[in-house]
Amino acid sequence: MSSSRQAPAHQPQPAGKLFQFKLVLLGESAVGKSSLVLRFVKDQFDDYRESTIGAAFLTQTICLDDATTVKFEIWDTAGQERYKSLAPMYYRNANCAVVVYDITQSSSLDKAKSWVKELQRQADPNIVIALAGNKNDLSARRAIATEDAQAYADEAGLLFFETSAKTAANVNELFTSIAKKLPLDMLANPRPRGAGLNTRGIDLNRENREAGCAC
Amino acid sequence: MDETYDVIVLGTGLTECILSGLLSVGGKKVLHMDRNDYYGGESASLSLTQLFKKFRDGAAPPATLGKERDYNIDLIPKFMMANGGLVKILTHTDVTRYLEFKQIAGSFVYRDGKIAKVPATEMEALNSPLMGLLEKRRLKKFLDYLKELAYKTTERIVLYMSSMARWGKSPYLYPLYGLGELPQGFARLSAIYGGTYMLDKKVDEIVYEDGKVIGVRSGDEIAKCSQVICDPSYAPGKARKVARVIRAICLLKGPIPNTDNADSLQLIIPQNQVNRSNDIYIASVSASHNVCDKNHQLAIVSTIVETDKPELEIQPGLALLGPITEKFIQIADICEPTDSGEVDQVFLSKSYDATSHFETVCDDVENIYKRVTGHELVLKQRPSQQEEQDMAAHQ
Repeated sequence: MSSSRQAPAHQPQPAGKLFQFKLVLLGESAVGKSSLVLRFVKDQFDDYRESTIGAAFLTQTICLDDATTVKFEIWDTAGQERYKSLAPMYYRNANCAVVVYDITQSSSLDKAKSWVKELQRQADPNIVIALAGNKNDLSARRAIATEDAQAYADEAGLLFFETSAKTAANVNELFTSIAKKLPLDMLANPRPRGAGLNTRGIDLNRENREAGCAC
Repeated sequence: MDETYDVIVLGTGLTECILSGLLSVGGKKVLHMDRNDYYGGESASLSLTQLFKKFRDGAAPPATLGKERDYNIDLIPKFMMANGGLVKILTHTDVTRYLEFKQIAGSFVYRDGKIAKVPATEMEALNSPLMGLLEKRRLKKFLDYLKELAYKTTERIVLYMSSMARWGKSPYLYPLYGLGELPQGFARLSAIYGGTYMLDKKVDEIVYEDGKVIGVRSGDEIAKCSQVICDPSYAPGKARKVARVIRAICLLKGPIPNTDNADSLQLIIPQNQVNRSNDIYIASVSASHNVCDKNHQLAIVSTIVETDKPELEIQPGLALLGPITEKFIQIADICEPTDSGEVDQVFLSKSYDATSHFETVCDDVENIYKRVTGHELVLKQRPSQQEEQDMAAHQ
């Protein structure tokens, strides 16, 4: 077990400031959302991965430079997108989102576009959104031209990468460029947020009176 | 959906979502459906558009209300008791991971034509106009006495006191972004443990064979199951009306007058102050709970209907709110199941009652859980995120 838990290239370095962000995955069923995260967090790939059950929350850390470390809390959909039943609570408070489509399924880009729209309507206005055209290893069956997706991403102001969770192509690049685009300097006082950390409110697991909100 | 499940849950109200989560964690295969395209049913928090769709025939919300994204408007007025059953369920299932909570700023009572703060500390108690000095001493002795005895009949008072003691200010907590976050949080728990979710799904019929449920039909599809849990609206033939409640959802320009500009509060008008049999409740929350924009405050005035002119009955409450920008009136039946569900294995939840907290919801959850599974609900601490990740890695 422990041997397979080696993080990829970027081991966390405790030096400097640690910025913690909530990252959500969005996209149609079976485009490879969980696989992208599994590649990023554990550098693993499984051809026959079942739909997401169980762990729907992973963390991974990226060192941007000696002084800056970004920790992603990555939320998976837990399969709720399958019948269009993803709860708004899921992407509420997200600092960044990876909207995934499958380059071999033309309808999956339409679905990705509708997710981007939903995020722009409902999520934090400062959210950083990346569009990922996954399954780039299957380019023989490509149904969506790179230029078309790139043009859409430019127009909508999204980061854009074509990725392959299977070969690991562009996976680390995707997450690193999100980390670089996050408005770190706007967060004068770096602190974790979202993801049940109760940073704005009170912590139900604590018994005393002191944890009251100070905002 | 043509599959076989252990339990099909109909409606995504809080009661149904807690049960769905607990059963999925317990290893049951759960299908959870809702006819609406949003989570929460009667306990949802709606966007402006959804609210106007429900109450104003789909009219567009006026631009003066501000941005759609700022609003999450509760349909029912309830708060969490800081030391109550719901907090216990939330912490044990670790649904607190997905949500953030804040205190409700104050608890008030209307008496002799004035709004008075319910004291939260000894200092406030000594300054409170609600009781004379002698009464205060007597009350303190009485409360100490109750704390030691804690008989069933005194449980609620003790709960109020211990909730107050937990965080101060008021005994109430509230989830940021509205009460509708609660069912969504438990739905996520259920999904993470394998529950299947279908919103915006027509539920045509609960299908029986030999007096026992065998599935649920939606159009041409039938999902098979051995048990159904639903809110009364999905099985009206198995529900009876026990009372009616009126709720006026109000958008205000700012804090309620004479409440020290409290950004959130509960205000009770005791029945004897207005010659009624039932209290009138006012629950108010605001932008600091991420439920409306900075220029507004929300308030729900509610009570049990006693006459054929329910809107007149809530007037004493509405009169305390100051100028009201928008008002949405809802009169709802409070229903309960006609039978225990033991015979046909269809278990109905109770409607959300007129109490101002979730304690009766938790009682209903425990009760249904026992009837469905045959054993008492024993809350176990959910594994940590790290432990869950490790377990998933071993699957």
